[in-house]
Amino acid sequence: MLMDTILFYLFAALVLGGGILTITRRNAVHSAIFLILSLLGVAGLYLLQSAEFLFAVQIVLYVGGIMVLFLFVIMLVNLDQAAKEKQFNRQWTVALACAGLVGAEIFYFLAKGAGAFQLAKGTAEANTGMGNTERLADALFSQYLLPFEIASLLLLVAVVGSVVMAKKRI
Amino acid sequence: MYASLVPTSAEMIRFLPELILTVVATLFMVLDPLLGRQSRHVYGHFSILALLGAMAAAVYVYRDPGAAFSGMLMVDGFATFFRVVVIGVGILTVLPSYRYLDREDAETGEYHALLLFSIVGQCVMVTANELIMIFIGLEISSIASYVLAGYLRDDRRANEAALKYFLLGSFATAFFLYGVALIYGMTGSTNLATVRRAILGGSLGSAPIFIGVAAALMFVGLGFKVSGAPFQIWAPDVYQGAPTPVAAFLSAGPKAAAFAIFLRIFLTAFQPIGPGWEPLVWVSALASMTLGNFAALTQSNIKRLLAYSSIAHAGYVLVALAARSNVGTAAAMFYMAAYAFMNIGAFAVVSHLSGKGERYLKVEDFAGLGAKQPGTAALLSIFLLSLIGVPLTGGFFGKFYIFKAALDSHLVWLTVLGLLNSAVAAYYYLRILVMMYMREPGEAASRIQPLTPGLRAALVLPALGTLVLGIFPGWVLDFAGRSSVFVR
Repeated sequence: MLMDTILFYLFAALVLGGGILTITRRNAVHSAIFLILSLLGVAGLYLLQSAEFLFAVQIVLYVGGIMVLFLFVIMLVNLDQAAKEKQFNRQWTVALACAGLVGAEIFYFLAKGAGAFQLAKGTAEANTGMGNTERLADALFSQYLLPFEIASLLLLVAVVGSVVMAKKRI
Repeated sequence: MYASLVPTSAEMIRFLPELILTVVATLFMVLDPLLGRQSRHVYGHFSILALLGAMAAAVYVYRDPGAAFSGMLMVDGFATFFRVVVIGVGILTVLPSYRYLDREDAETGEYHALLLFSIVGQCVMVTANELIMIFIGLEISSIASYVLAGYLRDDRRANEAALKYFLLGSFATAFFLYGVALIYGMTGSTNLATVRRAILGGSLGSAPIFIGVAAALMFVGLGFKVSGAPFQIWAPDVYQGAPTPVAAFLSAGPKAAAFAIFLRIFLTAFQPIGPGWEPLVWVSALASMTLGNFAALTQSNIKRLLAYSSIAHAGYVLVALAARSNVGTAAAMFYMAAYAFMNIGAFAVVSHLSGKGERYLKVEDFAGLGAKQPGTAALLSIFLLSLIGVPLTGGFFGKFYIFKAALDSHLVWLTVLGLLNSAVAAYYYLRILVMMYMREPGEAASRIQPLTPGLRAALVLPALGTLVLGIFPGWVLDFAGRSSVFVR
């Protein structure tokens, strides 16, 4: 139990520290690397919640796939100009107000405890002995088979659309 | 156990219209590199064949209605009606696109593939009985529409339209998805019937407030998709910048599908909290009608004028939603069908008149059309009279049934204000009629090209539809009335 708590704070610090460093670094590549750190922290939090599948997906997709794409784009786009720009723009007061509002909301619900936000029983179902990954697979390939398959059509449309918008002339 | 993983053949058949369209659209992309430029009309022909096949399939599968894929889809009369409407919109969009794509020298393969994908998304939306399915269908339809709006990449207006549509559309989808997440958290289900039972069961503790928040968030998302006020800002810019056949499509297809899910979600899952959301819809309906009609009065660009008119028409359908009754649902269904015909027809005339690069888009450019091309002018007159709501056209009975449903639900003020609004609307439609018949031909009318077979079909078919709905509304209305009862 104590170990869990220590690990939780460790991962949470990783998430927050990585996040702050991501938005404060001037060099875009450094920002991307700190974002990886932050995403790794989130993966650790998933593991603590015994959501092994989400942990694996987080590492493979976000840390692996999406971040590599980020880095490719950063290297393709010329960012020298952006590095010289001011880091704070005029909207920072509005952003601060929004962040403050969300923060107040979170502290309100933390103070009220679990009773403030009553979740349905189905979502917090007791562990039935089956592992997290097995239950997910069971849901995906039985009840949610059609949305799972149709989502691939959504990706196809997005790919075709981006090629149509980006290409010069076939 | 594993046998249960395979969907039964009855379930697969209920998904047949979407399957046909998906297969053909995917084939287009495979064929595109193989076929040369001289076969650019092939895609249009095959699109029409595929859409006719899908429409036949949609009607055929209604012989055996029911749920499919663990309650994800619900093939009922309501779904069948809207499937036929969105597929019909697809056919009426392909017909004027032949000429348009030739004139603007644009590629045809991806255009038709994206159009078919968008229609697949809309078919999924109107058939879905489950929030995740609705969301995925909405996204397929929307992403394909964003690209279609910016299909002419060298045109700055089209780029602006696509970007605005994409940014605001994504924003609206996020609102909708946030609502879905709250619903799942509160009720543990995304199935509309189960959500309704959970809300009725009262086992939600402190949750009713969150159900209300979820309904409001979904209202924002869907309000954007149907371009109802106060979420209508994007519509004039997008319709003006998008290629005219695409603008016609956007104003009829995605809108009909969005209204279908609007009706289905709010009259099944959120039906128990109806008195809560009725004022929201009331205000939005009135704001849409008033803003749309009064803004349209001052427009000089015909595409912007039609965009504002489409906002006003969204307001009329929202009146039917505010009625919260089966009669209201049936009236909304009838109106969407009538509106699809008359609006696509009007846009097809605009596409025909505007010339290469869409140069002639002013209301003044309609001057003398009646003398130069009497047939086109006569057909446009039918569409405009129907948009006004003159008897013997589909638009008249559409408005008539909507306001009747509103009166039945004691929405007297909304009815009175709506009727006043349709009187205001008559002014800007009549302005175009006056321009066509009472002015000397201008540059646009003198340079107008003869009608191609595709365009002729694109004008005559909607005109026939408008007149049939106006003279024999009974059959369609009967069907709508029978299918307006949702499975709860």
